[in-house]
Amino acid sequence: MAISPPEQRIWWNEPIGRNEVLWIGIGLIWCIIMFFMMPYWHLEGQQNPPTEGYRISSDDYATKAEAAAAEYTVGTWGETDVPVVSPPPGSDIYMIARLWEWWPVFELQKGETYRLHLASLDWLHGFSLQPVNLNLQIHPGYEMVATITPTETGEFGIVCNEFCGIGHHLMLGKMIVVEK
Amino acid sequence: MANDTQFRTCPDTGLKIHLPAEKLIKTNAVVAVVFLLVGGLFGLSVALTRWPAVHFLPADWFYLALTAHGLDVLLVWIIFFEMAILYFASAILLGCRLAAPKLAWVGFWLMLVGAVMTNVVVLMGESSVMFTSYVPMQADPLFYLGIILFAVGALLCCCCFFGTLVIAKNEKTYEGSVPLVTFGAITAAIIAVFTIASGAIILIPTLMWSVGLVSYIDPLMYKVVWWAMGHSSQQINVSAHVAVWYLIAAVIFGAKPLSEKVSRTAFLLYILFLQLGSVHHLLVEPGLSSEYKIFNTSYAMYLAVLASMIHGLTVPGSIEAAQREKGFNKGLFEWLRKAPWGNPAFSGMFLSLVMFGFLGGITGVILGTEQINLIMHNTLYVPGHFHGTVVAGTTLAFMAVTYLLVPLIFRKEILFPKMAQWQPYVFAIGVTGLSVFMMGAGTLGVPRRHWDITFTDAAMSFDFPGAAYLMLGLNGVSAVVASLGGAMFIIVVVGSLLFGKTKGEAAPAPAAEAPPTTAAAQYGSAAHLEVPGTFALAMVFLVSFVLYYFVNWKYLAETWGLS
Amino acid sequence: MVDDQGGKGDKIPFMQQLLDNPFLLLCIGIVMPTVFYLIWGIMEVISIPLAN
Repeated sequence: MAISPPEQRIWWNEPIGRNEVLWIGIGLIWCIIMFFMMPYWHLEGQQNPPTEGYRISSDDYATKAEAAAAEYTVGTWGETDVPVVSPPPGSDIYMIARLWEWWPVFELQKGETYRLHLASLDWLHGFSLQPVNLNLQIHPGYEMVATITPTETGEFGIVCNEFCGIGHHLMLGKMIVVEK
Repeated sequence: MANDTQFRTCPDTGLKIHLPAEKLIKTNAVVAVVFLLVGGLFGLSVALTRWPAVHFLPADWFYLALTAHGLDVLLVWIIFFEMAILYFASAILLGCRLAAPKLAWVGFWLMLVGAVMTNVVVLMGESSVMFTSYVPMQADPLFYLGIILFAVGALLCCCCFFGTLVIAKNEKTYEGSVPLVTFGAITAAIIAVFTIASGAIILIPTLMWSVGLVSYIDPLMYKVVWWAMGHSSQQINVSAHVAVWYLIAAVIFGAKPLSEKVSRTAFLLYILFLQLGSVHHLLVEPGLSSEYKIFNTSYAMYLAVLASMIHGLTVPGSIEAAQREKGFNKGLFEWLRKAPWGNPAFSGMFLSLVMFGFLGGITGVILGTEQINLIMHNTLYVPGHFHGTVVAGTTLAFMAVTYLLVPLIFRKEILFPKMAQWQPYVFAIGVTGLSVFMMGAGTLGVPRRHWDITFTDAAMSFDFPGAAYLMLGLNGVSAVVASLGGAMFIIVVVGSLLFGKTKGEAAPAPAAEAPPTTAAAQYGSAAHLEVPGTFALAMVFLVSFVLYYFVNWKYLAETWGLS
Repeated sequence: MVDDQGGKGDKIPFMQQLLDNPFLLLCIGIVMPTVFYLIWGIMEVISIPLAN
């Protein structure tokens, strides 16, 4: 029994049932397939977690992001004073995560690629683009660079999905995607 | 030191029971159940708040309750119970005296003081930082100190466990190798030591930071090291509940492992690779390379997943072999149909095994796939997944084994046997709902740890689809059902301990269907190594796994380009 | 039927000896994740370059 010592002194050489051997074989093949799916997707897939990242002080990042936004500001979002920024395709765009907002609102073009920089100025935040459901983890002191290509037009929400204090559920941003 | 007055012989199993070890097992298990109750109530209040029509708690209390829920059930309930299992698997199964019971008591009190301290600090309201307590968000210093004390206590208990193994070997209380269940407990204890060491590495500097002795903790570094504790602590559970599955199969059916070699090698794969899975929480972090993520997230080519798949075959396989030996040989599934489904120890264990595989296991692999994590990270899918592993898998397995411990260790008859009979089913239905509906909401993008997905008070607006609200409502209903199952468990256990009839020395074990001596197949007898029924079930599992895996790749392929 | 139950004198296979040694397993179980997860991970974090 499993609660008493093995009956044989040498149990290592005991035979293994056919079902077990077969299952281990099938399982191993499946594990190898799952393993190689990940490098394969890096080669052939369009969706891979960004690996580009830099160390940066919050002040430097804020300065950089504010300067970049000022250049292409086209208005403000609704009743708020959050700027709407319409950067040229292919450019570097800088988003700030802080208690409790995503700043600014970007207006992007469908099918174009942008280098989206993301960093927090205070605590950890979770960038969750909805309803696309793309999710990235944003740290203070680290600048993440994600190359994104919107494939649909419309108005998207950016939810925070990392707990960031009592106003966590108020932290909401926007992203707009328009036709070229 | 080890004189015979410190031992009694169990009339049901013939096991030689060291009385100081027995007392420790009882105390740890009782405290564990108390924290299950506390943590469960916090959990219920969280689910009721997520239920849009109820929205039970205000925001500050919601985040407070969520912090306490995570700590009390993920850490306190489970580790206290695991300490009981370690003592059982060493001292009791090896028929040996427990090493240094005084040290084990010191460990127990440290754990208890630490757990109470952290709970009190959280309840005072200044430490709603979640179970993960990511810096630079800061909690009260006593929050970290409490967890450190708890961890140190647990480490002392692990030392007693390893010490007991040495004593048993030196005093030759057993022949040859340790029993498989003890080997599973060794696996759990090894992972526990790594878990606790990682916790110390990160929480001691964090404690110093919270009192001002250290000026800065790097948030990314914190996250890397913290998860070596946070995720590994859940791997202790996996090892421990697999050991419990084998234990229950042995006690109820007299089941033998199909192959000691295969089962132990599977545990070895856990020891080698399971803890690498800590990187599951770092897949969309800035700046980490894909090589690091892929190697670790796949436990080095999914070898730890293979180990779980092996246990998933060998545990029910050993039951099938034992049942076929008893003559339940008709067709593929007579052995399963004629299993004692009315015995909560069996039904709880079997439901735990099935749900751990289908709900927790498959979703865990998918969540931990480097790219697929992009469409799930930090959504409610994550808690959906780990309620499938920790609640359906571990908690249900521990509940099931409690139905064996109450008569064997506490010498009490189960009070309310009807309620006990139903309890695993009620709990399992509730937890299945919890897990499935949270994952459903997560697939629709609903964030975890979020008080209000309507964003009523936010400056901007966003509407989740109606289906998301439906999922959260059904999640709330499921939480009520699961809580009912939890309450039934606590009523049965506490009732039995306080008011149950003390078992007479001659009473037969209600659990053991057959005396262990008429156990399953002689080892090496090929006729009983084949387990076609279990193999068929395993193939059903594999097909579901493959389908669900590729469905998620398809979802991923349809989303925006990202690199 | 297999017949290699072995007399007392037979040598125990290496893997069985390994599995029977909890302290060796403890060492392996700590070294593996420490090297591949912790140390490698810490190196990754340290090697993240400064932004220009």
